[in-house]
Amino acid sequence: MANYDYPDARGHFGPYGGVFVAETLMAALEELRVQYRNARIDASFHQEFAYELRHYVGRPSPIYHARRWSEQLGGAQIYLKREDLNHTGAHKVNNCVGQALLARRLGKRRVIAETGAGQHGVATATVAARYGMDCVVYMGSEDIKRQAANVYRMKLLGAQVVPVESGSKTLKDALNEAMRDWVTNVETTFYIIGTVAGPHPYPMMVRDFQAVIGRECLEQMPEVAGRQPDAVIACVGGGSNAMGIFYPYLEQTAVRLIGVEAAGEGLATGHHAASLTAGRPGVLHGNRTYLLQDDNGQIIETHSISAGLDYPGVGPEHAWLKDSGRAEYVSITDAEALQAFHDCCRLEGIIPALESSHALAYAAKHAATLPRDQVLLVNLSGRGDKDMHTVAEKSGLSF
Amino acid sequence: MKRIAEVFRQLESADRTALIPFITAGHPQPGLTAPLMHGLVRAGADILELGVPFSDPMADGPVIQRASEQALAQGVSLTLVLAMVAAFRRDNGHTAVVLMGYANPIEAMGVERFADAAVSAGVDGVLVVDYPPEESEAFAQALIARAIAPIYLLAPTTSPARMDAVARLARGYVYYVSLKGVTGAGHIDADDVGRHLAVIRNHLHLPLGVGFGIRDGATARAIAQHADAVVIGSRLVQEIEAAPEAEVVVRAAEWLAGIRRALDLPPEDGERS
Repeated sequence: MANYDYPDARGHFGPYGGVFVAETLMAALEELRVQYRNARIDASFHQEFAYELRHYVGRPSPIYHARRWSEQLGGAQIYLKREDLNHTGAHKVNNCVGQALLARRLGKRRVIAETGAGQHGVATATVAARYGMDCVVYMGSEDIKRQAANVYRMKLLGAQVVPVESGSKTLKDALNEAMRDWVTNVETTFYIIGTVAGPHPYPMMVRDFQAVIGRECLEQMPEVAGRQPDAVIACVGGGSNAMGIFYPYLEQTAVRLIGVEAAGEGLATGHHAASLTAGRPGVLHGNRTYLLQDDNGQIIETHSISAGLDYPGVGPEHAWLKDSGRAEYVSITDAEALQAFHDCCRLEGIIPALESSHALAYAAKHAATLPRDQVLLVNLSGRGDKDMHTVAEKSGLSF
Repeated sequence: MKRIAEVFRQLESADRTALIPFITAGHPQPGLTAPLMHGLVRAGADILELGVPFSDPMADGPVIQRASEQALAQGVSLTLVLAMVAAFRRDNGHTAVVLMGYANPIEAMGVERFADAAVSAGVDGVLVVDYPPEESEAFAQALIARAIAPIYLLAPTTSPARMDAVARLARGYVYYVSLKGVTGAGHIDADDVGRHLAVIRNHLHLPLGVGFGIRDGATARAIAQHADAVVIGSRLVQEIEAAPEAEVVVRAAEWLAGIRRALDLPPEDGERS
């Protein structure tokens, strides 16, 4: 992985990625590709982005040694990259700030987004308010039920939340609907995609905006842990927090990169969202990647306790990192994630998002098998306030 | 491919516009698809577009998405759609059939296997909505090698350079999407379409079909002044959706016959012939 230089000019990561969209979107994507290419080499754009990340988002986020938890596990030392401390409570805002700045350069005054858990919707609504843009967020009606608090937050921030009733009424359907809005209103509208999926240049662009996470880790780890980690662990739905922390580590081949997918009720039950572990390559939402699909190529409904991982595809760069062997992908069940959620609350005084709890669960499981001098860095990608209802319900309580 | 070329050759010599209805295969139920196809041919269809249902039809509006979901719920797959075409072909050897759908069901079957199956079912053209020319060179060549036409979309926003890229791979006809939007949306501006088609004709030497937004005889007729073919999808699928099951074929055919009559009326003053 020395001289890692993906994607190619047309957005391919090996056989994955690309631009698989209807002709109606090609011109908009081309415009975006050119504008992003210009912004990428424009020092003033980087300065503005860095300023916003520092003063509005609150970066850099700290790295914290989960000492009590590590001790209890009796193995490797677990360090947490605290993306949960960002403004809006997750890593999603990094990317939204970047894309909103780009939208402004393009002169677009209306932004749209899709959201699963609601984190990306909240982050988009937040930056739309910050930069004075109109904002429409598409959200599956199932997810709206699961994430009522985030829906209200978006409304407080001035966004219009549109419930999506088609298909499985979750993230993938919200993505379809947002794509339709974009096709229809492409001249006035910027589509802020929340993850490292979709047609080129989105997977690259979102990765670049999220890579601030990994760059900070490269600087912070020697200071906090005395060295770089042995492994970096992050949850993978679409995969933006994982790409953000993995990317700056790609050329550090001594560091293992481990992505954790949602095994839901267990891979064998078929109720899961582990596209890399249990899917096969195909084309969806503008790119070629691993998909959960049936024998006829129809996309199947996924399940995860965390709405943010409940997606049948995955970013194409993860597909490539899997095939090339640079990253490993494992999966964690709903039950394991819940256990890690509770452990993190009680042992460290941190309420993690259920998405991030998947990464924590794998880290805990893995740490217990390793010697004490090993170092695991986990991306704690978001805080769990939004998941109170889900967790309470699982414990037989309701508000 | 031969059937498509033949249709346009004959229509051109008769100075008529091709009428291309679109229906979703398996909607409202699989057993009605072949009868519907025959009914539409009797009503004056020159080419039939058959939608292959997909779970995530990103470029379609609510009407066609509903039809897709209904077909999928009844177990309609790409394999079954090809069987429907083969069934239609037993009684009709001359009307061209074009499949329209998304990449993933085709990739799940395998491009070569699909192309073989399509040619033996009697398919004449294939339009894959999410295969722009940049991503579909191998697919297009696999079709062309079997005399099946790869059909491509052009949009009002398509650049001249991309028109040339489409021209290199496209066969049969090209489908101009008359509105920037999903299927079944909005209104149509015939003069604007005419201006765009004139530009396209400088880059592409294939018949031009126009679709998305044609809902009645008047709009079809206005478009026919500029286009070689009019494609009617959502509006027809709506008609099928609204009809009681026993009347689906008759109602769809009657509705399409009305469009055919409008297209075939002699030109009035102010219209181009």
